[in-house]
Amino acid sequence: MSTLTIDRLTVGHGDGAPVLDGLSLEVPDGALVALLGANGAGKTTLLRALVGLLPARAGRVLLDGADLSALSTEDRVRRGLALVPEGRSVVVELTVAENLRLGALRQAGRPRRGPAVDAAVAEMYELFEPLARRRDAAGHTLSGGERQMLALARALVSRPDVLLLDEPSLGLAPLVVARLLGVLRDQAEATGLTVLLAEQNVTSALSVAERGVVLSLGEVVADRPAAELAADPALRHAYLGF
Amino acid sequence: MERLVFLLSTGLARGAVLALFALSLVIVYRAARAVNFAQAAMAVVPVYVALAVTSAGGSFWLGLAVALAVGALLGAVVERGLLRLVPQETPLPGIIVAVGLVMVLQAGLAMVFGPDHRPVHAPFSQRPFDVGGVSVLSPYDLFVLVVAAVVMGGLALLFSRTSLGLRLRAAAFAPETSRLLGVRVPRMVTLGWMLSSATAALAALLLVPTGLGLDPHAADVLFVNAFAAAVVGGLDSPVGALVAGLAVGVLVTLVTGYASAAAAPLAVLVLLTAVLLVRPHGLFATREARTA
Ligand SMILES: Nc1ncnc2c1ncn2[C@@H]1O[C@H](COP(=O)(O)OP(=O)(O)OP(=O)(O)O)[C@@H](O)[C@H]1O
Ligand SMILES: [Mg+2]
Repeated sequence: MSTLTIDRLTVGHGDGAPVLDGLSLEVPDGALVALLGANGAGKTTLLRALVGLLPARAGRVLLDGADLSALSTEDRVRRGLALVPEGRSVVVELTVAENLRLGALRQAGRPRRGPAVDAAVAEMYELFEPLARRRDAAGHTLSGGERQMLALARALVSRPDVLLLDEPSLGLAPLVVARLLGVLRDQAEATGLTVLLAEQNVTSALSVAERGVVLSLGEVVADRPAAELAADPALRHAYLGF
Repeated sequence: MERLVFLLSTGLARGAVLALFALSLVIVYRAARAVNFAQAAMAVVPVYVALAVTSAGGSFWLGLAVALAVGALLGAVVERGLLRLVPQETPLPGIIVAVGLVMVLQAGLAMVFGPDHRPVHAPFSQRPFDVGGVSVLSPYDLFVLVVAAVVMGGLALLFSRTSLGLRLRAAAFAPETSRLLGVRVPRMVTLGWMLSSATAALAALLLVPTGLGLDPHAADVLFVNAFAAAVVGGLDSPVGALVAGLAVGVLVTLVTGYASAAAAPLAVLVLLTAVLLVRPHGLFATREARTA
């Protein structure tokens, strides 16, 4: 639904050397792009900078050509950007239903009210039936897989234009990963959602993505169709370690 | 026996005020992860304003509405204008600023309104009802109980049933996740302060007719007892504030009635120590949730 443009972005932690130095990348409208790279390559750093949780030292982030750089995280989200952060982002004190409602309070950045909220939440229960069964359970009682499912559902229910995902497969069984990424791909196809998916799990990520971007030490070292990347053993050896 | 019934019923009414004040401490604790040590001084300011309104010819109800509005406004001003500017990594700077604020507010009130007690009349009779020869609650006590129940019920509905309440809770528990869902967290913190200080103002307003009257320190003992109740209840638990507030109110009234007023603070201290020995995080704390 929207094109995400990263224009010569420079980001670092504290006042150390920049992790990303002038990185440029475009994720076109409706694309599902996998962001690959070894541990410490800068994937999380990039995604957090895109939503404004980390300040950029230079460069711009554009959504359909509109510069987001000066906006706060909340305002970027209200423009249609969403991030499912690394690890367990479920609000553990709230129930499954409350977590989903919290996401459903916005639709593509605009407020959503009343019955529309309930309808949007119900749609997610259809998509993820384990969540429907545990709707009144507190977040801290969920398994790792259920939490990741909830985090994804909570992002999808807000109908973002661009969805950024940081390692949704972390710590999950292969079958659960396949299911989660399958739902993601189906939703992206059905709604025209633009997705940037950061993953260690290269095979799974490339099986749902159209394009793969490999990051190494903060630089884009490969940017190719997913099938081509998956079939290139030299590249896998050099940057992905298998 | 008659005496016990009377003390128990009066204790419940005192406890309702305590529970309201304890709830105000819980609300701000949940919103800002800090105990507001200036709550007593901040709660008295709106009561002075309400008294000025009623003595200028306004009704009790107008005074009540003005007190709530001034309380909420003061909460917003203190949070936005003062505490937001203080480093938040450790609690100490905030506590020091709060103590300073207490001094400024109490000295300021004494300068503007004078340091003396001002008698405050209750809007209803304080003479106890006579039920079959046994004195129980006064009409004013009844009024206090009803107001406290309505306000606490309303706050419970706000937090548990509305989308604003959901955002308030989420912002308090998980600020970063909330921002990622488009919640304006700083605004939620300010709203928490406003709700908290309006609730505290209401508690102080209900308290003053039952005591010596209004002076800049009128809510100090209320703060101490309510703080003890909030800690006993778990500090982040509204239910805990309610239960412990009522319990402390009844305890203080019983000890005052059967022993002496001087023994009441000691009894509260014993209760606090006993509960914290058995349950170091209070009776209703939701601590297990956020250690992961
Ligand atoms: N909070 C931080 N403070 C300082 N340096 C950091 C911080 N977070 C990450 N880094 C450094 O930034 C670099 C990139 O880290 P980042 O988390 O972006 O990698 P990643 O690609 O997400 O890795 P992983 O696959 O392990 O999650 C690493 O060298 C890391 O040590
Ligand atoms: Mg990472």
